[in-house]
Amino acid sequence: MSVIEEVPLPGPRPQPIPVRIGAPRAGPPRAVVLRKDPWWAQPLITGLGLAAFVVYATWAAFRNGHYFVGLDQARNYLSPFYSPCLASNCPSAVRWGPITPANSGFSPALIILVFPLAFRLTCYYYRKTYYRAFWLSPPACAVADAGSTSAKPNGLRKRYTGETRFPLVLQNIHRYTWYFTFIFAVLLTYDAIEGFRFPGGVGMGVGTLILVANAVLIWAYQLGCHACRHMSGGSLKKLSKAPARRWIWTNLTTPLNKHHQLFAWLSLMSIVVSDLYIYLVSSGAFSDPRIF
Amino acid sequence: MAIDTGPAPTTVPEPPPGAPPKDLVMHLWRGDASGGRFQEYRVAPQEGEVVLDVVHRIQATQAPDLAVRWNCKAGKCGSCSAEINGRPALMCMTRMSTLPTDQPVTVSPMRAFPIMRDLVTDVSYNFEVAKLIPAFKPGPRDPDGLRRMAQVDIDRGQEFHKCIECFLCQNVCHVIRDHEENKPRYAGPRFFVRLAELEMHPLDTLDRRNYIREDMGIGLCNITKCCTEVCPEDIHITDNAIIPLKERIVDAHYDPVAWLGRKITGRPVPLAAAEARKHTGAAHAQPAAPATPEPGDIA
Repeated sequence: MSVIEEVPLPGPRPQPIPVRIGAPRAGPPRAVVLRKDPWWAQPLITGLGLAAFVVYATWAAFRNGHYFVGLDQARNYLSPFYSPCLASNCPSAVRWGPITPANSGFSPALIILVFPLAFRLTCYYYRKTYYRAFWLSPPACAVADAGSTSAKPNGLRKRYTGETRFPLVLQNIHRYTWYFTFIFAVLLTYDAIEGFRFPGGVGMGVGTLILVANAVLIWAYQLGCHACRHMSGGSLKKLSKAPARRWIWTNLTTPLNKHHQLFAWLSLMSIVVSDLYIYLVSSGAFSDPRIF
Repeated sequence: MAIDTGPAPTTVPEPPPGAPPKDLVMHLWRGDASGGRFQEYRVAPQEGEVVLDVVHRIQATQAPDLAVRWNCKAGKCGSCSAEINGRPALMCMTRMSTLPTDQPVTVSPMRAFPIMRDLVTDVSYNFEVAKLIPAFKPGPRDPDGLRRMAQVDIDRGQEFHKCIECFLCQNVCHVIRDHEENKPRYAGPRFFVRLAELEMHPLDTLDRRNYIREDMGIGLCNITKCCTEVCPEDIHITDNAIIPLKERIVDAHYDPVAWLGRKITGRPVPLAAAEARKHTGAAHAQPAAPATPEPGDIA
């Protein structure tokens, strides 16, 4: 067993569990993986998925153009990356500002994306995914942590502190990011409704369907969040004393929470699809087909 | 500790047409605290067998000194935990038909715990943690002397009662499996399940939140869900026990709105860890009484 680097432990010194450390354990050296299934596939695929999103989101956030389809194309679509519209030239009624002037070099998405980014970074599901895929802590079950089998040049191995120290202790702000993104879910719903506004009345295009699907998936992800499940009723010892919260916990947040992983990915994809579709229509790559 | 990884994995050749089925090639870990290696055994396959059946057959026919812990053979006692092809699992619940037999099947003891011999490990760490769980503390009885619970309030805890204490979740948890130095300050998934059961119990009145954070080390868990993946009872350990506990710790420790709410409404502040510590088995442990010599004992 390698020597552990001494780092101060956070918080008061607790009563330690009386256990003997360093007794011989069985099996081949820890770096040897005995698993015969493709254990590397899941972290690889999810890691590539997240990396692809980061690349796309970076491009979309700095694009600062073609993020809405306006009345000049007889549509009223706004990209979720740029909602609420902070610039002066948006078609949407949800226009806060203009905080950033039209045609300025500063992309309003850089202000907007901070909130959903913080929400997804601290999400319990995404934490699992990136701890496995990027931290390799661990890369897969029963496969050794990357940090546990290697020593630094001075021979010491870094102590594992999990989410007890800065910066990972900040994962505990998850519920605050939830409050903010709740507002964004409302705004994206409004954008989806606005997508039905056509010149001369109500209509529907393929873009409208995409924005509606995006709003639905965002809500499924938002309301299935573990922090939301806790606040809606999970924190109670006696659900029987709070019938409304019990109903929400039993029939809404818990069922959605069971599929949180699915909605995490679907909502991530729907954001990309919505933005890409609006970019392509706005830039004239093709026209948005009208359904009615 | 001398370690030999044993024979290199080989491909088991297919038997010719019409010949009896090929032998199973099993690599079982043999050894103790002084060292060990994988030992190869070959046995004829039999239909419907689980890994424990094959291990027992090897013990009966080829290795009578093989140490293996088992009891019910029905997935209910939690004794035969091991690592099969590197995956933590119960030997009695792993069918041979689910394993690829074109390569040797490896069976090794749980890696997070000290080796005793062959497939048997010393799991006493878990019993030490169990002593440190603050006990159930019900409130006063109803005026008629009874205590009542609504069915809906106890439904949530039923899932946790399924735990058979096989300690596979403890074994797979990288916090102690790969970082043994954390054992003195980390309870592990099995005991987070127990703590969640107590914290959600409608009659319990003890607030363990600060204790769970400070003494039980829940902040070390980075929710990678391996405990849930290996649980033979399909308990959703991460989603239904650990994350609800983490959220309770946020209520008690990291949420300024909850703090303000307590200030305004006068609700009690979270109980200090030291107070919860008084309700553990360790706090009430009596020093062992000196054994009274029986007639005939040798001094």
